[in-house]
Amino acid sequence: MESSLSFRELNKKAKTYKTPETTIRIAVLGNHTTTFFSKSLANSLKIANFDPEIFESDYDQIDITIIDNESKLYKFNPEIIILFESTLKIKDNFYSLSENSSRSNFNLDVQNSVQNRISILRANGCQAKIINFSYELIDDNLYGNLFSKASHSFYNQLWKINNNLIDISQNTDDFFIFDVNKYLKDSNDYRDWPSYINSDLHYSIDTFAKFSQGVATFIKAIKGSFNKCLILDLDNTTWGGIIGDDGIENIQIGSLGIGKAFTKLQKWAKELKNRGIILAICSKNTENIAKDPFINHEEMVLRLDDISVFVANWKNKADNIRYIKDVLNIGLDSMVFIDDNPAERDIVRQVLPEVKVPELPEDPALYLPFLSSLNLFETASYSENDKDRTSQYQQEAERKKLVNTVTNMDDYLKSLEMVGEITDFQIDDIPRLAQLTQRSNQFNLRTKRYGENDISNMVESKNHITFSVKLKDKFGDYGLISLIILERKNENTFFIDTWLMSCRVLKRQVEYYAMNKLVDELKKINCEFILGEYLETPKNNLVADLLDKLSFDKDIKNNNQYKLNLENFKTFKNYIS
Amino acid sequence: MNEYLNDLSNLFREVLENDDITLNPETTANDIEEWDSINHIYLVVEIEKTYQIKFKSSQILEWKNVGDIVSAIIEKKS
Repeated sequence: MESSLSFRELNKKAKTYKTPETTIRIAVLGNHTTTFFSKSLANSLKIANFDPEIFESDYDQIDITIIDNESKLYKFNPEIIILFESTLKIKDNFYSLSENSSRSNFNLDVQNSVQNRISILRANGCQAKIINFSYELIDDNLYGNLFSKASHSFYNQLWKINNNLIDISQNTDDFFIFDVNKYLKDSNDYRDWPSYINSDLHYSIDTFAKFSQGVATFIKAIKGSFNKCLILDLDNTTWGGIIGDDGIENIQIGSLGIGKAFTKLQKWAKELKNRGIILAICSKNTENIAKDPFINHEEMVLRLDDISVFVANWKNKADNIRYIKDVLNIGLDSMVFIDDNPAERDIVRQVLPEVKVPELPEDPALYLPFLSSLNLFETASYSENDKDRTSQYQQEAERKKLVNTVTNMDDYLKSLEMVGEITDFQIDDIPRLAQLTQRSNQFNLRTKRYGENDISNMVESKNHITFSVKLKDKFGDYGLISLIILERKNENTFFIDTWLMSCRVLKRQVEYYAMNKLVDELKKINCEFILGEYLETPKNNLVADLLDKLSFDKDIKNNNQYKLNLENFKTFKNYIS
Repeated sequence: MNEYLNDLSNLFREVLENDDITLNPETTANDIEEWDSINHIYLVVEIEKTYQIKFKSSQILEWKNVGDIVSAIIEKKS
């Protein structure tokens, strides 16, 4: 895992990748030369497993492109629009204002212009997610450190502009801010002034490459691919020293000396856990010795109930990480493994190349600054439910133990005492519903991603019937774990636009339970047929035969098209009451 | 001169994605289809990185052919 690549390195690396299957259409609108940004974005997206098609607006024509509803932008129909304006350019606009009063209002002009763009795009029927670049904080130093008091100073206005952008983002669905300042602060030569003067190149080509890699990671997150689990080694990673040799009273943790560095790392992990990242431990240790500090050391920030899967044994770490993956039922490519030992990092990288294994600096004081600089846990959505995930996975571990004690599946399912609840989409559930469409990759019939806006539209729509399914059992509450969206095709026919389910409730017969309910509801409104379609992705093989199992008939000519005549439907047996 | 021409040819091949390029002092942008204004910027950056030099704006603007580029590199290196 490396930090950012140069323009040339990125170009070279992308050439070694095959063209991926998933296409993505991105529009880049800028007020300066964005060619190098677009080129490296194409490369970064290819490496991130997308086949990108990129549309660039004509030079400095953002507003005309957006206003003209006949423009190529709308024909191109992008999934994502990137608005990338350079501070150097708007600085000229700012200086052309002669009155101090209009200079003091400059930030409002920019705010209005951004809001206008959003509303015109939407009015013209464009549903694309918008990624708006923040403005680089360039101090022209005309007012030095008095800038905060001089509201007509450029630097003062830039701060306000960026604050306004954040406010817009908080109140506008599908509008995100990409902060350029974060990406510039570690580099001294991010702009080449001669190229700026001679060729209108507002950043060096390597800076454009760096932005593109940051944007690609974010686009990946928007498309549902991001890291979900942090796996920590213990000795000299989570605490200083070796618990088996040094004993609980001698490991380094807390407010003194190098212990501080480990405490800070633990606090980071705990914050991630509260944001919804699953924590797991993978350590070569004896289990009860390894667990002791989590229970009995007062200065440990991480406690046993923060950890979803705790693996301490003497087996090799690649096998143990595979085990963690099985318990959690998530992809290896969504796991991050942190270990101070280069040999352990190496074996995991070799055996499980999908797992992200960052290098770690030798000095523990640098662990946290380095790890947080990698932006390993990029995300495009957040919901309050995320906090509860740890306990859900702990319950899952309990259930796994129960499976081992019962001999047949029916007995097991009966013993779970499952209770289901199925309703149409509820307003309160909209964030969770949108999140499920973003995140579910495996049990997902057509992998359509929806934002909160789309989901609310569906609730209102007369042409859609929606179902959301909640489930609990004797070990705990899963919450909302499945959703189905049906679209009316004609008087008596509906089409399954979306059918997805969280993999945490795989093999619980939830799909049969939901199907029974769905058919009941459709019969009530005199529907006679349901059409279905399976759209294959690299990850959803799990549901390749879902519609067969649900007694749909496969179209003879078109193997992924299905139809069900409700007259022939027989209710499925299941153990969900 | 020849040593620089060889290295530059390799660099031009990679940057312009054209393996047939062989530079001589008289080569100009008109001779190579891929050598447009955008790629010119890319070339300058990579030449500067390769030789760890920084051209002056006035130098870049004066170049008429590859020979001028090589002279500029030699001047900067000495």
